[in-house]
Amino acid sequence: MKPVTAPDWVLKVENLGKVFGNLSTHGIANTGPEVGTSKDSVSGAIVAAWDVSFEVAAGEALGVVGESGSGKSTVMRCIAGDQVATSGAVKIRTTRNEQLDIFSLSAAERRQLRVNKIAVVYQDPAEGLEMNVTAGGNIASPLTAAGWRNFSEIRGRASELLNRTEVPLNRMDDAVKSFSGGMRQRVQLAKAIANRPPIVLFDEPTTGLDASVAAGVLDLIRGLLEEYGLAAVVVSHDFSVIEMLTTRCIVMNHGRVVESALTDQLLEDPHHPYSQKLVSAARA
Amino acid sequence: MTDLLNELGAAHEQQQFGILDEYSKREIRRAILTAVAVPGYQVPFGSREMPVARGWGSGGLQLTLAVISPSDVIKVIDQGDDQGVNAVNLRRLIVQSTKVPETTTASDASIVQSRHRIPEDGLDEQDILILQVPVPEPLRGVERDMRELSRMHAEADYSKMWVSLYEDKVRNGVITQTTGYPCLVNDRYVIATTPIPRWDIPRLDQSPFLTLFGAGREKRIYAVPPYTAVTPLTFEDVPFEVEHTPGASCSQCGSNKTFLVEIPGPTSRWVCSDTDWCERNSGKA
Repeated sequence: MKPVTAPDWVLKVENLGKVFGNLSTHGIANTGPEVGTSKDSVSGAIVAAWDVSFEVAAGEALGVVGESGSGKSTVMRCIAGDQVATSGAVKIRTTRNEQLDIFSLSAAERRQLRVNKIAVVYQDPAEGLEMNVTAGGNIASPLTAAGWRNFSEIRGRASELLNRTEVPLNRMDDAVKSFSGGMRQRVQLAKAIANRPPIVLFDEPTTGLDASVAAGVLDLIRGLLEEYGLAAVVVSHDFSVIEMLTTRCIVMNHGRVVESALTDQLLEDPHHPYSQKLVSAARA
Repeated sequence: MTDLLNELGAAHEQQQFGILDEYSKREIRRAILTAVAVPGYQVPFGSREMPVARGWGSGGLQLTLAVISPSDVIKVIDQGDDQGVNAVNLRRLIVQSTKVPETTTASDASIVQSRHRIPEDGLDEQDILILQVPVPEPLRGVERDMRELSRMHAEADYSKMWVSLYEDKVRNGVITQTTGYPCLVNDRYVIATTPIPRWDIPRLDQSPFLTLFGAGREKRIYAVPPYTAVTPLTFEDVPFEVEHTPGASCSQCGSNKTFLVEIPGPTSRWVCSDTDWCERNSGKA
């Protein structure tokens, strides 16, 4: 599969692989879309992702689409540092135009990247937010991690971000657990962009929200992508989300990329049988 | 054989000074040396069973008995009071087992064991202040996972503590934490200054004396060596404040420049927490 390329990439994933368990000698050949399973029948290992490659440029959103268990969230978690990849490389371009392989960094350095280089918006707000902490306090977390020590400036920045993500400012000092699902996602978005990271990963950002709320959150995400010039990876099983946010996408099945294309082309004319099945299901 | 055993027993009796055996003292001293070498770092140690209950100063007692020598003079205070029940009993235990002289005057003491206070004056470069610590982990309120706590200290990742201070200020208008106020030691580790009140924190900064913190129940020792920076965590635009009640002064010595405690009653009044300082300054000593 030819990798999705972007000449001025900010994020580059090269042959990323993640295996849970010990692979047998022919474990890779024993798994994948052709075989119809991610499980190595000999050793029982799960090949959650293998040989995944793509590039994302600034101001661009790449979609990773597939059904549950296809490996799309695993790819995102490996990039974010929540899981350790088995093989491959993930490179980011630094402000000095240097390429940095983030898999070569220590765990502490990887965590530091999450402060102001790579942000993640999770499907479940409880993963990205402290539910007992106020909306302002949740935004203060990345700001203080980045060295902010002035209370008024932190409050000002939190107000600005909540205003931008359309969270009523009179809820700024309320615990996030008292918020609705849509508003929690908006707080998560505000927290994600607090330090203006160049890369944001979205993991099913609107799954679980009702249609009207999801539409509002998608509108907001699209606006933020344009306004901040973010390089984004959007993981979703929902083609309407992929269609609305991304210009290019990859389709994953049983841990492998089976198709990569411009999003509108994929929706109009999917080539791989699995992509055709997904698109027809979405159209239905 | 019996003679040999008697001889060994006599030698042991001769060597033992204080309640702890020499091996225990050595282990605790090693932990203290590590704590002094890495200011603010919580050093695990094998906390011994002591003839006082956990939570009654067993950590401070072990530190005192590990560092004390026959030439020392001991002062023990509880809430600044030499005659508090806890102070009297710990002092009696230390003096009876070591035969060192005791005092209530801070300037005469070479070791001051304290629960809650730093004496108002009298500590200098030759002295050791030993604090009995109930909860040594400053991040316990913001994180429960022990591995995550270790990681946060190792990486100096104290953003959760800052968020906690932010939340306190937002919810209460002021930072309400009194004892155990988090402080950055030597620009590296955050410590819980429990059990001392905020009043005493500025006096830890660049202090000439060695301060040892002992938590027997939690099995941790940490230290602030002499002339070390101790900076309370506070926002740039929210100044750190010590406890103060406008108009309050000691009903015995008249001081309004010491840490005062309120004596409740129909006509409540304020007195100095440090009873020794108060007696000396009211001319009663």
